[in-house]
Amino acid sequence: MNKVYKNATEALHGINDGMTLMLGGFGLCGIPENTLKELAKLKIKDLTCISNNAGVDDFGLGVLLRDKQLKKMIASYVGENKEFERQFLSGELDVELVPQGTLAERIRAGGAGIPAFFVPAGYGTEIAEGKESREFNGKMHLLEFALTADFAIIKAKYGDTAGNLIYNNTANNFNNMMATAGKITIAEVEELVPLGELNPNQIHTPGIFVQRIFQGKDYEKRIEFETTQ
Amino acid sequence: MALDKNGIAKRIAQELQDGYYVNLGIGIPTLVANFIPEGMDVILQSENGLLGIGTFPEKGKADPDLINAGKQTVTTIKGASFFDSATSFAMIRGGHIDLTVLGAFEVSEKGDIASWKIPGKLVKGMGGAMDLVSSAKNIIVATTHTDRDGNSKLKKTCTLPLTGVSCVKKIVTDLALIELTQRGFKLVERAPGVSVSEIQKATEADLIIEGEIPEMKL
Repeated sequence: MNKVYKNATEALHGINDGMTLMLGGFGLCGIPENTLKELAKLKIKDLTCISNNAGVDDFGLGVLLRDKQLKKMIASYVGENKEFERQFLSGELDVELVPQGTLAERIRAGGAGIPAFFVPAGYGTEIAEGKESREFNGKMHLLEFALTADFAIIKAKYGDTAGNLIYNNTANNFNNMMATAGKITIAEVEELVPLGELNPNQIHTPGIFVQRIFQGKDYEKRIEFETTQ
Repeated sequence: MALDKNGIAKRIAQELQDGYYVNLGIGIPTLVANFIPEGMDVILQSENGLLGIGTFPEKGKADPDLINAGKQTVTTIKGASFFDSATSFAMIRGGHIDLTVLGAFEVSEKGDIASWKIPGKLVKGMGGAMDLVSSAKNIIVATTHTDRDGNSKLKKTCTLPLTGVSCVKKIVTDLALIELTQRGFKLVERAPGVSVSEIQKATEADLIIEGEIPEMKL
């Protein structure tokens, strides 16, 4: 069994137009920078992207948007991206806005083999339109469906050659659930270490969920709003 | 005199109790963190995956892997923990958060809240707001009583797209503290020097006014 790839170019083999991708990260925190850059180079198009946010104009998922590689975006908050606004308002981009917790749970459910579930978020709002609702314990809930992807592309701080992953601080966010929900999950890591180097007690994502892993380079780790005392 | 943003935050901080787990939204709610009473343990949750938010970092010490839900760089307190987004919303949806404080464009007398979308203007998305308002045990809205054009944000019915229904418990504005009851908005406290009639004038819905309404003690 070899899960280790040399770089993003090799790890992305088999990716094609029209596929559904999950991309980890919250804002620009914990995004798979190397793979995103490579996706932009590959010029594949008509992608459906599931990601909490849409990057900024010139970084992250924003670059794929700018080059019109996306057909549909499933996200909870897309505020920091002007090109996104333009494509959304002109109708070029199909957008499904999902409450953040529901998005996280739809991904978790997808990876855990749960096809659908009920949550209270969004009941009585416009996102409830067309959705089945049901009362539990005196409270109304909406039926929500699981999400999976052809490729889940995530980023961790440490990984080993078996695909075990450890995230850093708040860079975990959507990465941990997305790892479970890809038919093929590609993990890029800041440090790829030999088997036995990671403490099994500290693993966030067990290697079974990861099919391909590579050590990324030149991490920019851009900060959206640097706030200090 | 009407309260400023810090005054609103200061009054909301009086609602905190020792041991509370609290989620603070962006804007005025964030300021509540500055007024946590000395000696009281209040743990702040950030829905991107952090329990135990600390102060903003010192200059030059910002960590790109350590941000709050507003994507600002932060630090952690001793005893903090990190987790993924599904776990974070298990805390929220599961009712483990004691208090949620958030802003709003409009609140109705039934406790409905509109806070995420203005038709015709830019749509940014709801983020975690719908999850938070649908599951929090206690929701306080922090807002100015009227918008920039002087229109009341406290309505009979919300006119903007809703974030959640029948969920708001209290509203603290620059003019008053109001509780949501079965019968509608109940005026509980006045901002220092603001009269009951001034508050009613700034409120589209009818206020329930019982007895003398005390001034806030700040």
